[in-house]
Amino acid sequence: MSAATLPPQPVLDVSATSPISFWRTVLVELRKSYNTRAGFWYLFSIGAIIALVETVILIVSLVQDEPVLFEDNAFIAGGITSLLLPVLAIMLVTSEWTQRGAMVSFTLEPRRARVVLAKLVVSLGFVLATLVVMLVVALVTTGIAELVQPDLTVWDFSVELFLGFTIFQAITMTIGFAFAALLLNTPAAIVIFFLYWYLLPVLIAWAGSISDGIENVLEWVNFQIAIGPLADWDMNTGEEWGKLIVSGIIWIGLPLGFGIARILRAEVK
Amino acid sequence: MITVDRLTVSYGGFTAVDDVSFVAQPGRVTGFLGPNGAGKSTTMRVMVGLTPPTSGSATIGGLRYADIPNPGRHVGVLLDASAQHAGRTGREILGLGAQMMGLPSSRVGEMLELVGLTETESKRRLRNYSLGMKQRLGLAHALLGDPSVLILDEPANGLDPAGIRWMRGLLKGYADRGGTVLLSSHLLHEVEQIADEMILIGHGRIVAQGDRATLLASHGTAAASSLVTSLDNETLGAALAAAGHAVVPAGTGLKVAASTEQVGRAALDARVVLTDLRDGGQNLEDLFLELTSTTQRDAISTGASA
Repeated sequence: MSAATLPPQPVLDVSATSPISFWRTVLVELRKSYNTRAGFWYLFSIGAIIALVETVILIVSLVQDEPVLFEDNAFIAGGITSLLLPVLAIMLVTSEWTQRGAMVSFTLEPRRARVVLAKLVVSLGFVLATLVVMLVVALVTTGIAELVQPDLTVWDFSVELFLGFTIFQAITMTIGFAFAALLLNTPAAIVIFFLYWYLLPVLIAWAGSISDGIENVLEWVNFQIAIGPLADWDMNTGEEWGKLIVSGIIWIGLPLGFGIARILRAEVK
Repeated sequence: MITVDRLTVSYGGFTAVDDVSFVAQPGRVTGFLGPNGAGKSTTMRVMVGLTPPTSGSATIGGLRYADIPNPGRHVGVLLDASAQHAGRTGREILGLGAQMMGLPSSRVGEMLELVGLTETESKRRLRNYSLGMKQRLGLAHALLGDPSVLILDEPANGLDPAGIRWMRGLLKGYADRGGTVLLSSHLLHEVEQIADEMILIGHGRIVAQGDRATLLASHGTAAASSLVTSLDNETLGAALAAAGHAVVPAGTGLKVAASTEQVGRAALDARVVLTDLRDGGQNLEDLFLELTSTTQRDAISTGASA
């Protein structure tokens, strides 16, 4: 309307401002994962459950003079976290939408892909943290057993098994993350994640039992089965790798791809 | 410094923002005024890249928002004071912002002090904040990076009268130091007292813009109008009518289609004592309601006489 009468507009001088580094975005996302009440108590609970379960098992083993294995102790802790930690990855993504923090997050860093990627990095960082927790917990519990019953304490340790577990755990986290990005709703993502991860393989196995033809196809779809050899560090044939890749694309690639695309395009209100 | 150029945002068949163009200048407070659902918030979301425009553009200092590196250091944004994780403390929310922008954490304390949030209040979680406290926190968050442009959606919402006055002073001072301030409101009184320039929007379209005087001059009633009360309205009315001015009774006095000067002279000639004489022209609120009346949820009887 009155545009013609306006003086020339000053230009924003951004030459002295450097863009936000990816590392800083990761650190901020890490801070977000534990600085809410929900996030803090969730992490605290995981720790508490691990401590409780390990203590009970250790006491029972010692009282009944059963052998105590370092690997057992480590994988009990690992199993608990693999069950609970994906929920943290889910919350990291969905809470931005349910709590509407995305409005601020994407205003401070409009390169949304970096924010999403930082969240994924934080989720995978938790997997590495899990590994440390597993080893420390196993070291302590097995150490106590060593003092009480040295003959029945086994310190065997297979690097491959830990490596397999780490990859398995990382993939589990990524799947939780993918569904969170796709659904952007905490309860829905948690429910779908657990159904998918624990119920679907059963259904697929059941469907496969109907006929060999169906089973042959489903072997390429069932990610849970396909990843089995990897988790046990026993990937041998090209076919096993092929199944892992094909089912991985279907179960991780697709939801993650669509989920991230959705976040990048979404109108943030 | 904020330039909106032929911006249109459509959702299917519904056009939320319709060919909107305006400029918010540095050193001035620009008020973005319109009834609920007029398209103010949508326009502001486009400015900061949260909503994609259907056509047209919005730039800040000549740049698209997405092209501004570390935008928090240049543009302070408060779109919705409640859009923060309810489980975080106010201090932690500012801490995250400061960390993201690469600012020292001492900045958090400074901003809390600036907006008048106490140490104890800052340690409470957001869900326990009143709307006024959330607004103060949101303003603190917008000011964290010492930006040269402020985009604030309904910042006075929920503030008490003292808070509104405080905010007015803060934004005024900010603009006086050369900053660009764009704030939206659906309350005219809020904007009228602070904005140097006003943009009136209704139904996604800009219906008027300019400073107070321009708005009234270009859209107000062209013919002069005065409200007058005297000790002898009858005589005065007759004298004014004889001089060729339309006279109608209004309350305890008269409404005359003449300037206050003309009425004064007529009274002097007729030797009638005036007890009240003022400009009866349209005020900004009449104008605002009239211009946006087609989009008001509640029909207004536009008693545009004169």
